[in-house]
Amino acid sequence: MEEIVVISGKGGTGKTSVTASLAHLAKHAVITDCDVDAADLHLVVKGTLRESYDFISGHLATINNSECNSCGVCSRLCRFEAIKTTNDPDGKVTFHVEEALCEGCGVCVRFCPENAIAFNERHCGTYSISETANGPMVHAKLNTAAENSGKLVAEVRKKAKETAESENLDLIITDGPPGTGCAVIATLTGADKVLVVTEPTVSGKHDVERVIDLIKHFKMKAYLTVNKWDINESLTEEIEKAGANAGFLIPGRIRYDRGITKAQIEGISAVELNTPAGTDIKKIWEYISVD
Amino acid sequence: MNIAIASGKGGTGKTTLTVNLSAIASEKFPVDVVDCDVEEPDSSLFLNIQKTDTEIVTIKIPEIDENACTGCGECDRFCNFNAIISFSGLAHSLPELCHSCGGCTLVCPEKAITETDRRIGEINTYISEKINILEGVLDIGVSSSPPLIRTLKGKISPEKFTFLDSPPGTSCPVVTTVTGCDYTVLVTEPTPFGLNDLILAVDMMKDVKVDFGVVINRATTGDNRVKDFCNQNGITILGEIPDDRRVAEVCSEGKILIHALPSYRKTFLEILENIQNQMEGTMQWKR
Repeated sequence: MEEIVVISGKGGTGKTSVTASLAHLAKHAVITDCDVDAADLHLVVKGTLRESYDFISGHLATINNSECNSCGVCSRLCRFEAIKTTNDPDGKVTFHVEEALCEGCGVCVRFCPENAIAFNERHCGTYSISETANGPMVHAKLNTAAENSGKLVAEVRKKAKETAESENLDLIITDGPPGTGCAVIATLTGADKVLVVTEPTVSGKHDVERVIDLIKHFKMKAYLTVNKWDINESLTEEIEKAGANAGFLIPGRIRYDRGITKAQIEGISAVELNTPAGTDIKKIWEYISVD
Repeated sequence: MNIAIASGKGGTGKTTLTVNLSAIASEKFPVDVVDCDVEEPDSSLFLNIQKTDTEIVTIKIPEIDENACTGCGECDRFCNFNAIISFSGLAHSLPELCHSCGGCTLVCPEKAITETDRRIGEINTYISEKINILEGVLDIGVSSSPPLIRTLKGKISPEKFTFLDSPPGTSCPVVTTVTGCDYTVLVTEPTPFGLNDLILAVDMMKDVKVDFGVVINRATTGDNRVKDFCNQNGITILGEIPDDRRVAEVCSEGKILIHALPSYRKTFLEILENIQNQMEGTMQWKR
């Protein structure tokens, strides 16, 4: 079994459009969307929902106000500024936990002298399998403002591997998140190949250099492609050179093409619309899939 | 006055908006830019300001006094992040997983755990007459960015006009950036991806309870769903930046749009004025 991951560093460089096209070209594979806080792959790889699972991760502190004596110990001990107070009209101070800021460490729960803080498991999102024309797709939705995107990515990838095994598929194609942090690290861990999609801008170049540094930590075959290369050819060359120096293979470039947006609006991949950029992606796929 | 520039989807133009709004606002008054997109900080690439200082940012991780530790396992049982494990009669810390909550130091009955510093990144300061930048840079291989963003936000001068360039997405790094700001601008584009991620970002904004408006970048692709969504939900559209290949080319070179293509001055000035008008409304309402 082989897993190909598409990441970018900078957001909005065309990861999802490229992944959707690769999924179409691969004909039959497990397709995975690891961009769990802004999952978009399902908008261009249409599927029907087959099964869904709750993502339960970590805990959430909740203050029981009838038992709270407003001593403020929780607020002093919390390192995440998650305990907020409101002053009631009668002068009483009410404490509550700001859900978005609670990291679920349990310090307030342990040290509350009144045992007034509950610590329940936290429902952080869902992950699902959908049936698409190109194989099963595993995708997820992290609740907004929730923690643990890295853990949800790990769950999604585990489900993708199980699905590949049970359905005898030997390829997983994964759309990754932007950045270099926990969700990206969780996406790269254990994958076989990575395709970095970047753009020839000063931001794209800066961010891809950080991604190249990150990928050095992993043992995987690495490829780099510059999307919208004709926006700035000299930066494209500089980026390709930086990639090649770090041992990345350059399977080709993707031209600036409004057809990519058109395909997205129609809800299909760029290769299905047969746009010029789709032709470029096809060449990249031919290179990577036989390498 | 803190204004965050955020988006659900990446690459919609957060940094473009941040640097151009800063450039135009700084013609009237001094502006601070705080780059909270610490996994990919890019604002300083556009603003061309001299770096004056770099400060290392650390988090607290446990240090175990092996002589005092009895291996009782209390810290291990307490830690919700599996960042401290106890075996062979001794506690061992796993700094990669540590959230720096300080719980293990508090629960250790032998007082055998103290805290030590672990580097996670740095904060660079760039100073000029009109614009100062504070830029957070997360070290490669470090997974958790909120502690760095919190340290960065702690350096904001409350009396100044500050733009915060946010990370993309809707999870903890964005929540950490946007929380406590006076206003947030959500940048999107009129595409299905843009709309899907805008809806998620709007949900997040309701959770963090910060007032917000929307800027539509690369407008004119003939997809009206983003506008319809904003109108149906009573969301203010602060302005639109047209889809223009020249903009892509200018931004690719790291130039400020309002300087390279002066016809865009008006676009950004209007967005800035709309933000200021919205904030006045919010402030009065809060009073």
